[in-house]
Amino acid sequence: MLDDKDRIFTNLYGWEPHNLAYAQKRGDWDNTAALIKKGKEWIIDEMKKSGLRGRGGAGFPTGLKWSFMPDPEKTGKPHYLVINADESEPGTCKDRDILRNDPHKLIEGALIAGFAMGAHAAYIYIRGEFYNEGSAVIEAIDEAYDKGLLGKNAAGSGWDFDVILHRGAGAYICGEETALLNSLEGRKGQPRNKPPFPAMAGLYSCPTTVNNVETIAVVPTILRRGGDWFASFGKDEKNTGTKLFCISGHVEQPCNVEEEMGIPLKELIDKHAGGVRGGWDNLLAVIPGGSSTRLLPKDICDNILMDFDSLREVQSGLGTAGVIVMDKSTDVINAICRLSQFYMHESCGQCTPCREGTGWLWRVMQRMVRGNATVDEIDMLLEVTREIEGHTICALGDAAAWPVQGLINHFRPEMEKRIMEYRKAAA
Amino acid sequence: MPKLKIDNMDVEVAPGTSILQAAEQLGIEVPRFCYHDRLSVPANCRMCLVEVEGGPPKPVASCAMACADDMVVHTDSPMVKKARKGVMEFLLINHPLDCPICDQGGECDLQDQAAGYGYDRSRYHENKRAVPNKDIGPLVKTIMTRCIQCTRCVRFTDEIAGMTELGLLHRGEDVEIDTFVQKAMKSELSGNLIDICPVGALTSAPYAFKARSWELAKTETIDVHDAVGCNIRVDSRGGEVMRVLPRLHEDINEEWINDRTRFAYDGLKRNRLDRPWMRDETGKLRPASWDEALAAVAEQLKKTKKDKVAALAGDLCDLESMVALKDLLETENLECRIDGAQFDPGERCGYIFNSGIAGIEQADAILLVGTNPRWEGSLVNARIRKKWLADKVHIGVIGEAVDLGYPYMHVGATPEDFAAMVKEYAGKVKAERPMIIAGMGAFQRGDGEAVHAMLYDAAQELGCIKDDWNGFNVLHTAASRVGALDIGFYSKGGFDLSKMDFVYLLGADDLNMDQIGKKAFVVYQGHHGDIGAHRADVILPGAAYTEKDALYVNTEGRVQQARRAVYPPGEAREDWKILRALSGYQAKPLPYDNILQLRERIVKEWKHLGTLDVLQPAAWKKFGKKGKLLKQNFELPIENFYLTNCITRSSDTMMECTEAFLRAEDVAEAAE
Repeated sequence: MLDDKDRIFTNLYGWEPHNLAYAQKRGDWDNTAALIKKGKEWIIDEMKKSGLRGRGGAGFPTGLKWSFMPDPEKTGKPHYLVINADESEPGTCKDRDILRNDPHKLIEGALIAGFAMGAHAAYIYIRGEFYNEGSAVIEAIDEAYDKGLLGKNAAGSGWDFDVILHRGAGAYICGEETALLNSLEGRKGQPRNKPPFPAMAGLYSCPTTVNNVETIAVVPTILRRGGDWFASFGKDEKNTGTKLFCISGHVEQPCNVEEEMGIPLKELIDKHAGGVRGGWDNLLAVIPGGSSTRLLPKDICDNILMDFDSLREVQSGLGTAGVIVMDKSTDVINAICRLSQFYMHESCGQCTPCREGTGWLWRVMQRMVRGNATVDEIDMLLEVTREIEGHTICALGDAAAWPVQGLINHFRPEMEKRIMEYRKAAA
Repeated sequence: MPKLKIDNMDVEVAPGTSILQAAEQLGIEVPRFCYHDRLSVPANCRMCLVEVEGGPPKPVASCAMACADDMVVHTDSPMVKKARKGVMEFLLINHPLDCPICDQGGECDLQDQAAGYGYDRSRYHENKRAVPNKDIGPLVKTIMTRCIQCTRCVRFTDEIAGMTELGLLHRGEDVEIDTFVQKAMKSELSGNLIDICPVGALTSAPYAFKARSWELAKTETIDVHDAVGCNIRVDSRGGEVMRVLPRLHEDINEEWINDRTRFAYDGLKRNRLDRPWMRDETGKLRPASWDEALAAVAEQLKKTKKDKVAALAGDLCDLESMVALKDLLETENLECRIDGAQFDPGERCGYIFNSGIAGIEQADAILLVGTNPRWEGSLVNARIRKKWLADKVHIGVIGEAVDLGYPYMHVGATPEDFAAMVKEYAGKVKAERPMIIAGMGAFQRGDGEAVHAMLYDAAQELGCIKDDWNGFNVLHTAASRVGALDIGFYSKGGFDLSKMDFVYLLGADDLNMDQIGKKAFVVYQGHHGDIGAHRADVILPGAAYTEKDALYVNTEGRVQQARRAVYPPGEAREDWKILRALSGYQAKPLPYDNILQLRERIVKEWKHLGTLDVLQPAAWKKFGKKGKLLKQNFELPIENFYLTNCITRSSDTMMECTEAFLRAEDVAEAAE
């Protein structure tokens, strides 16, 4: 279990005010200028050393991502840092707590990250429903400007830096980085085709890096305590550091908690969430990384470690680390059906497989819930998910396909049973 | 130059070429719906997926992926086939599959590609989606349930037509194409939506349920509704023109045509002159035989002194008939500028579109004088917009400030403003290839010749004339005009029409008939019972542009050949033949018995008219006649885009367009 002294988010639960004075007491904005004066290369090197992987779900190494940004002098264009605070993944609420309780971590991280990639401006794209959270961030930004921590010569570093908060309108797809950029530009929030990647042509066709809130918020602490310190946590050199886990569902105490990467799932649930409702043996399945990852039945949950690569090995993923626990009272088919409805509703409708496929999945899943289907249709359903997966512009198609695939992989007997029962009742 | 391998074939392509384009160079067909050569690339249909070795284990959209060195691409691997089959299945689950009653049937991309990638039966047993139809005007019929959301139409209106009128509304499976507020699509290029829609969602309203594409005879010909000379294909069945479609010509119309060109064809079936008519003693027109009519004209012609004989050529005349008429009458009193335009026709460079329409893409500053290119040459305007979209060139307008679909600086409205601007910028223009486009609005006024002279000076002083660049352009409104000027169908000294005793109207409708003396003997040769025919003493029924093999010279001075798609109705005949027959009643018949001999005669005198479809540059020489300039605004020559000649005036569709697009606003304003 992670020691309190090693926690990055010391005010995750809002036990202290989120204002600048308390943030500084907790160590934020402590001689930020000194970190910046060590130079871009040093910052990016430390980030690479820390092994930090993007906390938005895809887990792309952050230092590497930053190093993709071209040289501003060569491009002649402004560079932008865009912070993705459009946290809408069902089961995930980690960024929310950072935004409302520790916003200065994010803003300080933005300054440092912005400097490292040659950006003079950062946009925080916040989910529209996060009204109070957005207000807390605006408060923090205002404080930072007042104290000279942002603006011209931000924090005395010699680097000019602005942070702008932009409220979205509550579309899940706007959390996809290129859809977010479109939305930020005032266009319809539809993902763009890649390549070109944002590092080449992002916001207003300028080099842009889009990072998750958590990714940026951990940057100052990593730099202060050293990349090696961060890398000392975790399962191996590819899954390092600490991570916020959001545990929800059928547990005694749903919570957000910062823990070491690679902690066993069972330990995570038992220690921090008070255990599964009715005991570990009452566990049916866990969705380990937000709604788009494939669920894990109990036998996998018994021994699985919570990190990117361990979960990938069991065809799931760490995603946003939104752990959704389901006990044996759950109608798992119905649960996944609800997720299918979510993805159908949130599909942007731009590209064919996702637009047409998500609706198809949901309609068949609805019948599966009642059992009003044939066994062949389970195979068809699986095939339809395969036709969506990997054929779309963005990852929403994949995200819609995976939960259904997980269900069929692990709970096919349950689905067949449901079909048989329906037939019996009908006959 | 990236070198790559596609389906084991090596290919070297220009940097930035997409895989789809590279595959096309090799003759490999990649199915696509959303991709269109002239539009931006959204890669949203996902039909053009191909496999690229070495990348992530999923197919990529070939339309949006640029070729790179040493790429190995497969367009027919099992992965690709499976992916495309999947996409096709998705496209079809919510498609109504109503091909038997769909006008797109037989020329539908979805139908064609379903034959290659579709399953033979559906696995989709849920309810299909239905989408309400939209009313976007009398030209484009919408059956939105058939829509596959490729967004070609959205991108066309945005990018080519220059108006944000259509959008993809809502999201997920509820997306639909719509005007944001239900209203008609006010673009004169809206008909092109029908062509670019890959399915039957946007079809031609006037053509709805009229014919099947495979039963139509296709004739490749030239449009005459404006002076641009768009290349078109006329589809006919029996003796009837069923529809008009654009034909590719990169230098003129690319692959678009305007709505008048596309939809005015129903005017070819109404008010037609299908037999000769003569005015009897009571002043009423009565049917006559060809012999009677021609004999009467010949007799009258014999009676009249040559200097009292005049001929006017209308906007739709072909080159051959004008030459034949000129040869027949042997009079000096000829005029083709029946719209009242006054300019010096002495030098060819003074009245043609010297740079060529494609030349607009080389221009880096454009000045429009007395013209609304949207209406006078929609495809010229589309080209200007294309240039603006690509390079944001500076565009100035002198004359009425109308919505052109791109931003411009409104310099002024009078010749004075023009002179002031020329004075300010003379010798200071930074642009390498500046261009002036003058419309008929600059010349249809008392001081037209003086404006012409001023334009010459302006072209010189603003740097439009360089060794390798002639940026002085005249945008005509009549298809016949440049050809007529080329063959000298104008009077050098001018003549008083009201003093003429014999007036031959060759398809001349668009002038005030009161200018002709009350006692004059008027012959009208043309195809519609329009303004000219009403004034005529003898009517000789001619052929419309779809009914004759003929040459036309467009505003660039490009000679193009129109071909007969259908026969003229009733006793109507091709125009040069009528004139040849008329000459038979004289002592000396015209010396040509077939169209080839007539064309030989033309080329003998005007060599530059002997080459088809090639621009003949005109040497830069002085033109115009200096004079006093009027303090009066340049006015636009076209009041109603949809009603500009006798064919459109007979067209119900064009009338409906006038109501829907031009008058609708008047009514709304009155109600406010």
